[in-house]
Amino acid sequence: MPTESLALDDVSFEIADGQMFGIIGHTGSGKSTLLQHLNGLLKPESGHIIIGDVDITEPDIAMTEIRKRIGLVFQYPEYQLFEETVAKDVAFGPRNLGLAEEEIQERVREAIELVGLDYETFKERSPFELSGGQKRRVAIAGVIAMRPEALILDEPTAGLDPKAHKDVLKMVEEVHRRTGNITILVSHNMADIARLCDRVLVIDSGRVVTVGTPKEVFSRRRELAEVGLDLPPVTQLTEALRQRGFQIDETILSVEEAAEQIAACLKARNTHNTQNVRRTEDK
Amino acid sequence: MIRDITLGQYFPGNSWVHRLDPRIKIIATLLFLIELFIVDNFIGFGIAAVCLGVVIAVSGVPVGYILRGLRPILMILIFTFALNIFMVNGRVLWQWKFLHITAEGLELAVFMAIRLILLLMGSSMLTLCTRPLALTDGIERLLSPFKKIGLPAHDIAMMMTIALRFIPTLLEEADKIMKAQQARGADFESGNIIRRAKSLIPILVPLFVSAFRIAQDLALAMEARCYRGGENRTRMNGMKFAKRDYAAIVMMVAFLAVIIAESWLL
Amino acid sequence: MEPIIKIENLVFAYAKGEGREAVRAVDGVSLAIERGSFTAILGKNGSGKSTLAKNLNGLLLPTEGVIYVNGYDTADDEHIWDVRQSAGMVFQNPDNQLVSAIVEDDVAFGPENLGIEPAEIRRRVDKALQDVNMGAYKNKPPHLLSGGQKQRVAIAGVVAMKPSCIIFDEPTAMLDPKGRSEIMSIIKELHAEGITVILITHFMEEAVEAERVIIMHDGRVFMDGTPQEVFSRQEKVLSVNLDIPLAVELADMLRERGIAVPENIIKTEEMVEYLCQYE
Repeated sequence: MPTESLALDDVSFEIADGQMFGIIGHTGSGKSTLLQHLNGLLKPESGHIIIGDVDITEPDIAMTEIRKRIGLVFQYPEYQLFEETVAKDVAFGPRNLGLAEEEIQERVREAIELVGLDYETFKERSPFELSGGQKRRVAIAGVIAMRPEALILDEPTAGLDPKAHKDVLKMVEEVHRRTGNITILVSHNMADIARLCDRVLVIDSGRVVTVGTPKEVFSRRRELAEVGLDLPPVTQLTEALRQRGFQIDETILSVEEAAEQIAACLKARNTHNTQNVRRTEDK
Repeated sequence: MIRDITLGQYFPGNSWVHRLDPRIKIIATLLFLIELFIVDNFIGFGIAAVCLGVVIAVSGVPVGYILRGLRPILMILIFTFALNIFMVNGRVLWQWKFLHITAEGLELAVFMAIRLILLLMGSSMLTLCTRPLALTDGIERLLSPFKKIGLPAHDIAMMMTIALRFIPTLLEEADKIMKAQQARGADFESGNIIRRAKSLIPILVPLFVSAFRIAQDLALAMEARCYRGGENRTRMNGMKFAKRDYAAIVMMVAFLAVIIAESWLL
Repeated sequence: MEPIIKIENLVFAYAKGEGREAVRAVDGVSLAIERGSFTAILGKNGSGKSTLAKNLNGLLLPTEGVIYVNGYDTADDEHIWDVRQSAGMVFQNPDNQLVSAIVEDDVAFGPENLGIEPAEIRRRVDKALQDVNMGAYKNKPPHLLSGGQKQRVAIAGVVAMKPSCIIFDEPTAMLDPKGRSEIMSIIKELHAEGITVILITHFMEEAVEAERVIIMHDGRVFMDGTPQEVFSRQEKVLSVNLDIPLAVELADMLRERGIAVPENIIKTEEMVEYLCQYE
C-alpha cells in the first residue's frame, strides 16, 4: 500500500478577471488534482478557493453554486456525450442547475453558436454521428451553457488533427473574447500556451514551481527542464542559436520575432565581416 | 476505492505455489471449497486452515494483503454473523428485549464466519498465485474434454482473459465519465430510487459507447496480430506437469483422505 | 529489389448507412513501398490514410485494385496470416490494443497465434521487451502503466511476431510529449534495424524524420516525395489543412528578409547548423 502523500502541497495563486491562464506540468504532476479542486469535485484538506467573493471550499456551499461559477471541460470530453440530440445533450448542464425551460433553450442555442456550430443544423442531430472535432465542440458547449464565470479546459485539442486543433483553439479564443471571463487552459503544447496565455502556472509534484507571463516562465529554462517540461519549439531553436553566440533576445516566443531577430543579427554580422575584410584590404 | 479490491488479482511471485500447474491449482481450490462445505466440525476447519496456512506461507503472499481482499465482503460477513447469532433458537446465553444470543447460534455464527473466510481466502489464493492468463489457460485445458460436446472452451477462456484485462480500464473510464457528468451538475446521491436510477443514464450510455469502442478496437488489434481462435495456437508458458505438480497431487490425495477419515471417525 | 508493399490502383468504398451512396475512402491509390524504407503518411482526418493503412494488412480488403505484401495478395484467403505476420500494425489508442492483463503475456499473444514453439516465444518476448525498454515491467498489468509505456508494450507485441514491416497508425496521438519522444526514438531504432516503417501521423516534426512523405487528400495521393521535396512546397501542404515544420516556416520568413535559406532545410537542428555557418 502506498503511504499517504500530498497530491497538492501549499498551492497558492491568483487569476485576475478576464485572463487566459495556462497551467503546464507533466503527466502526474498534480494538474488534474488541481483542476478537480477548482471545480469542487475534490475538497481540499486545508486551504481555500475563492471565486469572486464566494469561497467554494465552505462546507455548506451547494454544488450548483460552484458549477455556476466554474465550468470544467475534461480531456476527451466527447466521451461524456449521451443524449439523442445535440440540443438535449447541451441542455443537460443547465437543466441540472434547475433553470426554467425557456432559459435553458436560450442558453443551449447560445452555447452551440458560441462553439462555432450552426444551431438549426445541429440541434436535432445525434452527437454520435458527428466528426471528432464537432463532437468535441458539442461537449464544450455543454459546459459553456452553464455560463460559468471561469472556464477550465483540460487539453482541449488532444488527439485532433492539425486543422481541428487550430479550429478548436480559435474557438476557445473566441469564447474567451466574447464572454470576457477567465479561461484556464491546460496543455502540453507549449507553443499554444506561449501564444494564447496572459499568465502561466508551472506545477510539479503538487507544488507551484513558478507563475508568470509566458516570457517570464519560459525564461526559466533550467527549472522547466528539471520538471520535465520543454520550451516552445521556436524558443528551443533560438536558445540553441544563442548558445552558439547569436546576439538575439532571450526567450523568443513567436516565429516572426525569431525571424526578425535572426535576420537582423545575421545582417549585422555580415556588415561587420565586410568591414573587417575591407580593413584587411586597405592595409 | 474500487481499485483497492485484491479479490481476483494477481500477486507476482515465483514461489512453489506460483509455479504449480494452473490445472492443479484449480482442482486443488475446487477440492478445498468442496471440503469446506462437507466439513461439519471445527477440527475439519482446523485441518483446512493449517493447509491454507502452509500454502500461504510457501507462496510468500503477505497475510495482510490477503486479508485486505476480504474487506469488500466485510459487510456480508457481519450480516451473516448477526443473522446466525440472533436467529438461532436454543440455550439462551444473553437476552435483551427480543434479542437473544444462544449457544447454538453463537456456534453456528462462528462456524459460518470461519467457513466464509476460509472460502474467500482459499479462492483468492488461486488468483493471487496464478497469472490470469495461466488461469484461463488452465480452465481451457480442463474444459477441453467437453469440446466434443460443443463446449467452446477456448472462447470461454479468451473472454475471461479479456474481461480480466479490461475491468480496471472500464472502472477508470466509469470514474472519468462520472466526474465529467458531475462537473456538468449531475447529482448521483440525492433523490428517490427512480431518480437515482435515472441519474445513472448519463454514466451508462457513455460507458456502453466506450465499451463498444474498446471492443471494436481490440477486435481489430487482435486480428492484426493474427488471432484466429484456438486452432494451431501455442502457448509461451506451455503446460507440462513437473515434479512439484505430482507432489501436489499426492498432497491433495492425502488431504482428501484426512478429511474423509476425519468426518467418518468423528 | 521487389518492394515490400505494392498497391495497384486501390479503391476502398464503404456504405455510410443504409440506402446512402457508397463513400470512396481510398480512391485510386498506387504506391510501392521499398524494403527497409521509412515512410510517413500525412493527411487530415477523413483523408483516407487510416483506411489505407488497414488495407495494407488485410484488415480491410480492396473494393477495387490489388495489394501485395511480401508478394502475397492481401485478398488471398490462404495467405492472410502471412500478410498480417509480414505487416504488423500498432494502433492509436494504447489501452484498446493490449489483450492480456500481464505485459509479457500480451507480447506473447501474437507469436502464440502464429503457433511458434514455446521456447522460441519466450526468447522473442524477452528480446522484444528489451528492444522497447520495457523488460523491467514484464510482470506488470498494463493498466498501471503510462500511455507511452503501454504503447511500447504494443510495439513489442508486434516486434515479437518478427514482421518485415510495421504500420504505425497515429501511435503518438494520445500521448504526452515524453511518451511521444519515447515512441519516436523506438520507431527510429526499429527502422535502423532494417524494419520497413510506415508512420501515419499528424505531427510534422515526426514526419520530417522519415525518408519519404506521402500526403493523402480525399482518398488520393496528394503529394509524394522526400520530406524536403514535400515540405518545401508550403502552400500546397497548407492548402490541405496540414501544418508545416517550424524550420520551414522560419526559413520562409527569413527568405522574406533577404536570407536565402536553402529549401532542403526542414529540421530544427539543420536550421541551427545552417544559421551558425551563415556567412
